[in-house]
Formats: sequence, C-alpha cells, structure tokens
Amino acid sequence: MKSEVNEQALLKGLAENDTKAIKIIYKDNFNTILSFIINNNGSYDDARDIFQEAIITLYEKAQSESFALTCKINTYIYSICRRLWLKRLHQVDKFNKPINGFEDTIQVEEDMEIHEKRNMDFAMMERAMNSLGEPCRSLIESFYIKKISMQTLAKQFGYTNADNAKTQKYKCLIRLKKLFFAQYNIGE
Amino acid sequence: MMDDIQLIQTIERYLEGKMLPEEKAFFELQRKNVPEIDQMVVEHNMFIHQMEDFAANQKLKHQLQEIHNKFLQEGFIGDGTQELTAKTKLIYLWNKYRRVTAIAAVVGGAMALMISGLIAFFAPANKQAIQQLGQEVERLKQGQRYQGNKINEVVSKMPKDAEVRGGGSGFLIDGKGYIVTNAHILKGASFANVYNDGKEYKTKIVYVDAAKDLAVLKIDDKDFIPVKSLPYSIVKHSVELGEEIFTLGYPRSEIVYNVGYISAKTGYAGDTLSCQIQMSANPGNSGGPLLNKHGEVVGVISTKERQADGVTFAITSKYIYKLIDDVKKADTAYQRIKLPTYSSIKSTDRVNQIKKIEDCVFLIKAYN
Repeated sequence: MKSEVNEQALLKGLAENDTKAIKIIYKDNFNTILSFIINNNGSYDDARDIFQEAIITLYEKAQSESFALTCKINTYIYSICRRLWLKRLHQVDKFNKPINGFEDTIQVEEDMEIHEKRNMDFAMMERAMNSLGEPCRSLIESFYIKKISMQTLAKQFGYTNADNAKTQKYKCLIRLKKLFFAQYNIGE
Repeated sequence: MMDDIQLIQTIERYLEGKMLPEEKAFFELQRKNVPEIDQMVVEHNMFIHQMEDFAANQKLKHQLQEIHNKFLQEGFIGDGTQELTAKTKLIYLWNKYRRVTAIAAVVGGAMALMISGLIAFFAPANKQAIQQLGQEVERLKQGQRYQGNKINEVVSKMPKDAEVRGGGSGFLIDGKGYIVTNAHILKGASFANVYNDGKEYKTKIVYVDAAKDLAVLKIDDKDFIPVKSLPYSIVKHSVELGEEIFTLGYPRSEIVYNVGYISAKTGYAGDTLSCQIQMSANPGNSGGPLLNKHGEVVGVISTKERQADGVTFAITSKYIYKLIDDVKKADTAYQRIKLPTYSSIKSTDRVNQIKKIEDCVFLIKAYN
C-alpha cells in the first residue's frame, strides 16, 4: 500500500516538474533500460534518448486529466522503452531481430500514438520558431512562455512604450501562427 | 493588419478572463453569430496551449539532461562501461561488428585458401610443421618439483647448478639398463637422468643418432637393479595398417596410458623411417614405446604434426635394431647389448600388460 502511495506521489511530482520526483524515477529506472538497450544492439546514447523519451511520455500521461496508471512506474517505462526501441530497430534495419528482455510489459500502443502526435506538433513548433527570426522569437518566448510582463519586455527590448511592444508582439504571433499552420496543412 | 491585431488582442483578453461581464457577453454573442470569430478563438486557444506545451517539453528535456549529467558525475547511474559485462559486451561488440566480421571472415578465408594453395604449390615440405614432442622446460621444472616431493628421502643426484634442457619418455631395451629414447630430447644436453616409480637414476649418453632421432642411454647408478628379462619383445617386421597400438609415457610427472591405431605405414610427408598413428599424444610422450596388442614394441613415439590433433608419428622398431648395430660398430664396449625377442605378456590382459611394462618406461630429463 505504501509503495502505491509513493508511486502516486512520484507521478504527481513528475506532472508538476518537481526535480526531486524526476530524480527518483530517473535513478530507479535508468540502469534497467541501459542494460536492456545495450543487450539489444543499442549504444549508450540510444539508451539515454529512449529512456528520456519514455519519461516524457509518462509526464504527458501524468498531466492529462483522464490520467490513470494501471501498473507500476517501472513496468510502464520498460514497456514504452521496449516499444520505442523495437520501432527504432525496424526503422534502421529491415531484419526482424528477436528482442531480448524478460521484464513484464503492458500495452502502451495508445499512449505512444498520442506521444508521437505530440512530438510531431512539437517538431512543427520548433521549426516555426526557428524560422521566425529575431527579435520576434525572443519576444514571443519571453511573453508567452516565460510569462514576462509587457512593461519589462518593452524595457528589455528597448521599445519606447509597452503598447508598441505589444503591437510588435502580436505581429510576431500572427507570423508564427502562419508558419505553424502552414506546416500543419502540408502535414495533412 | 491592424484589425487582426485588435481581434487577437480581444481574443486574448477573453481567454485570459480579463473582460468585463458586459463586454464578455457581447463577445460571446459575436462568437455565436460569426463563425470566423469563433474559429479564431478556438485556433488561438489551441495555439497558445501548443506553445505552452512546447515550452514545457523543452524544459523537461533540459531538466532530464541535467539530471542525467549530474547522476553520471555522481556515479548513481551506469556510464555504459559497467553495464557491459563480459557476455553482454561480447553480444554488443558482435552485433556492432557483425557485418564487418562476416566480410573480414570471407575475405580472410579466401586469402587463406589462396595463400595455402600457393604455398602448397611452391614451397618445399615444411619441416617446421612438425612439432617435436619434447616436454617443455617449464612443465618439466614443475614435474621435477613434484618428483622431488615424491622421492623426498632421496637426495637428488643432480649437481645443484644443472639446468633442465628438455625431457620426455624412454624405455628399456636391455634389462642391464639400456634405454632407447628420442635424440631430440637430449639436444643440447650433456647428461640425463631417468625416473621411474619415484626413483632417480643417473645415466650415461651412449649414442645419439640425430638422423633417426633415436638415442641410447645406459643407467649408470648403483641403486639400479638390472631387470632379468623384459616383458616385451621388439619386433623387426613392419607394422600393419589398422593395427591396434598403445603407449605408456610421461606427458606429465605421472605415467600415462594412451591407445590408438596405425593409420599409415609411412610418416610425415612419406618418411619411410616412421609410421603414422592415430592417437592423442602430448609433449612428453616423445621417446615412449609403441606397443601392439601382444605387448610387442613396434615403434618409438617421436613427433607430432602441429596442425592436426590426434595425428602422431612413431619411428618403427626395426630402426632400433639398426641403431644397436651402429652402437656396436661405434664402440666395442657395448657388444653385449641384446634386444628382447620374446614377449611374456602376449596372452595377458591390458591391465596386467601395463603393470609389467610400466616398470620399464622412464621419465627422462636432460640437463646441460
């Protein structure tokens, strides 16, 4: 019972970006995944990437309102890593190799689909941001992501007043949206 | 453009809940009536969330990388080296270099075939392919220690500064103390001692025939009790193909029994002096007797082909007769050597044959 409570607390912490919770999950699971990946034809960097991807998937799941984890955290992470790695192997190599590993797994296909969709969106956003150019990008990031007030931003960026900065910010946002949705349409 | 900006501004205020109640009611009415505005609100809301999620994702990635590096520094997680235990490392390396290995193996195989073909075509018979069965000096030193323990009450008869040159086996051909062994065992040695049943005997090197790779030693020790009659005979006729044979020798400090059969009537590269036998012989078996099932000596174990395991060569016993003839011609002091011509163990079983024979087989150590 106690371990269940702990797991719930850990997931809550993860959802809130609590470094302590993330550290515990990281420490408890990384070595298992590392030896799994290395035993299955992967490198250290592969292990790190796959493992972090799995944590992000768990993070996204923990944040969703309908969240319910039906198994232990380590089973979930292992299952995700296994699926991710299998997929990666199929991409680079057409030979079907049996994968070695004896840990319990659960069905994670649905979560992975959601995660992949999100990853695609993030990639699109990153590309849009990268092609936005300065100072637009910094302005957008500072206001919408870092939530810095318009007054402070106006001073930082050297606008004569907050209203001018605001107008500029909106112009930038419109451009960013165009860049983003343009990809969306191509993507579909 | 200006309208767009104003619209976004309005939408943002609406989404952030900064509108006054009347303004909000008015805007919501507009949303209902103008689908374009409604669409823009939805789109903007989604986009803002998209940006926030993106930011959260970036932040988490950053956080994970920091944790990873910190843990790595502090040694809480594997750095990839300790994860590779011997087995997994092998798997890992094998998987990693499998293709390269396969190509290398194919190329190597082809090269090897080609080169061996060329060598076989051009090169003269390679004498180096024959490994002489002389016991390695290191092993003998070990054996000597063991032997030393075994004969603890007997003080070694060797001068203290003597160094082991080589060793092998030998056997009596005359009960008075004449022993036949391989010449290569004595190579570079000035004298040799022989051992049997924990006893050590000094010998004199009587004759060495390097061409035949045979040598005669004479036990020259007051502790030696001459054997009245040897249990085995030494045959003059040649060996028969497929004949079952056995040997006793000292591949280690203890006497070892081995069995096999005559696999060819000639030796390495058609050498008529010797015959080929199928038997696993080890260094140290060199100089040991090769006997047939009647307990008759048919040869002297001599050399072993390097590449093929289980292939051994023996000098046929008729050359022992020739050797003794040579000895007699060279030195008149040895006229009385008489080779045994009658085997008294013809109809006894193998265990009892061995019991009789083992008293006549000696471990030989050559010193300089």
